[in-house]
Amino acid sequence: MRPLPELTPENTAFWTGGERGELMIACCDDCNAAIHPPQIVCPACLSRNVAARAMAGTGTVYTCTVNHQPWMPDMAVPFALAVVDVDGAPGVRVTAPVLTDDPESVGIGQRMQIRFEAAGDVWLPHWQPLGAGA
Amino acid sequence: MTMTKATITGTGMSTIGRNTGRPAMDHLLEAAQQAMTSAGLTRDDIDGICTYPGKADNSPGMSPLGTGEVRGALGLKTRWHSAVPDGPAQMAPIMVAAMAVMTGQARHVLCFRALTESSSQSAGRRASIAGAGKPQIGGWLSWLVPVGAMSASNWAGWMATRYFHEFGMTREHLGMVAIGQRQFALMNPAAVMQKPLSMADYLDARMISSPLGLFDCDVPIDGAAVVIVSAADAARDCARPPLRIEALGSALRSAETWDQRPDLTTMGAHDAAADLWARTDFKPADVDVLALYDGFSIFVPLWLEALGFCGHGEAKDFIAAGNIGPGGRFPTNTGGGQLSGGRLHGFGLLHEACQQLWGETGARQVANAKTAVCGMGGGFIAGAMLLNRD
Ligand SMILES: [Zn+2]
Repeated sequence: MRPLPELTPENTAFWTGGERGELMIACCDDCNAAIHPPQIVCPACLSRNVAARAMAGTGTVYTCTVNHQPWMPDMAVPFALAVVDVDGAPGVRVTAPVLTDDPESVGIGQRMQIRFEAAGDVWLPHWQPLGAGA
Repeated sequence: MTMTKATITGTGMSTIGRNTGRPAMDHLLEAAQQAMTSAGLTRDDIDGICTYPGKADNSPGMSPLGTGEVRGALGLKTRWHSAVPDGPAQMAPIMVAAMAVMTGQARHVLCFRALTESSSQSAGRRASIAGAGKPQIGGWLSWLVPVGAMSASNWAGWMATRYFHEFGMTREHLGMVAIGQRQFALMNPAAVMQKPLSMADYLDARMISSPLGLFDCDVPIDGAAVVIVSAADAARDCARPPLRIEALGSALRSAETWDQRPDLTTMGAHDAAADLWARTDFKPADVDVLALYDGFSIFVPLWLEALGFCGHGEAKDFIAAGNIGPGGRFPTNTGGGQLSGGRLHGFGLLHEACQQLWGETGARQVANAKTAVCGMGGGFIAGAMLLNRD
């Protein structure tokens, strides 16, 4: 069984925004810094006025890997894992598996859009190549 | 600038292996006895004990022993003890022990690391997967494991992909790291891998997490290593020349994550290494032997750059020029490293560096080795140390 994230006051917006299809990233209402992983204080200006905002849900692959090793009995391989620079949230990356039939085709610079899949009480992010699928 | 007042006076390593079937404590006792003998000390001289990370079972076999059990087994009457799960990587217990002897908390600290990941894996529990089998996970792992990035090979794979992209490194360069270390391993009877490794073998091996293949990953083993850290004044009577801890570095300037560091062609190592050199007059050119964390082959070029042995992006040419293998100017991981020697979480690398400085490594001995640098950790954790002897 794959562990799910423990929900905390800081991270609940991120892990449940997928119910509405929204990529929620914590941002500082005073200096506009994007903060990830989310926390209750802004590390740039120490403001406590931090709240999650819905992003456009797109981004650009900063780096990636294709995992070939089944680390758990139910793990289907291979699959690509992309670390994506999130549009509208400078300095924030969201890491997720890529929805594609051709994991080897995933590469740095590729444009992606977010998709979510429900798992327990959270919605796990996935990246899908922009323009592919619905 | 002056050196610290802490030294290393003894080291020991058990007969490591895959699926040894031996309890962790059996390995630990072997290593501890060897270390005390090498230092010329008895258990009555040991008044401190320290380990990383302490007894933990978040990943099977990763840390089966705590300080309490080891104190009990050896009948130690300590004046100071500590375990360091949250510190500068696998170097943490050495650093904390150095501070303990410098503040007079203890004179001789037994630092240990024991693993039974091989046996745990054979018993059907996948080693090195943190949180496996738990319903929920928190902290930095919660941004990786639930989205399927379960293995450190995935996290290191991201760094390698980005580094390849920016600097034109290829798998052959990492192959040179793995092959060079295998050549060292063939000169080290204690190394677990004893068959020659060719570039064809390396490139043909199955992919684990691209661009990292099987031989880019270190080898889970059962074993234990012990390093004795002693106060400089207490070290004078020891059996071997004390190895002075010239400088330590453990700076960390980015967040506790594997994917958010702004430049993933660098890692915590770069912060720690810069801090190391800021504390000593020694320069990279003074170093005779290197011990660099090689949980994955890609960490070796990153550590080489972090420590300033070459510039950013230059490691591939530095490696291709033969600098780090047998006969090179900067021999690295001379016991085979973790890639070919087995994964003792940095302690094996440090053990080898100490043996080199004492001139006790046989066929792979680096002539007249006096100064060693040791860099431990990958990703956001790192600790660096410079050792020197007369
Ligand atoms: Zn702010």
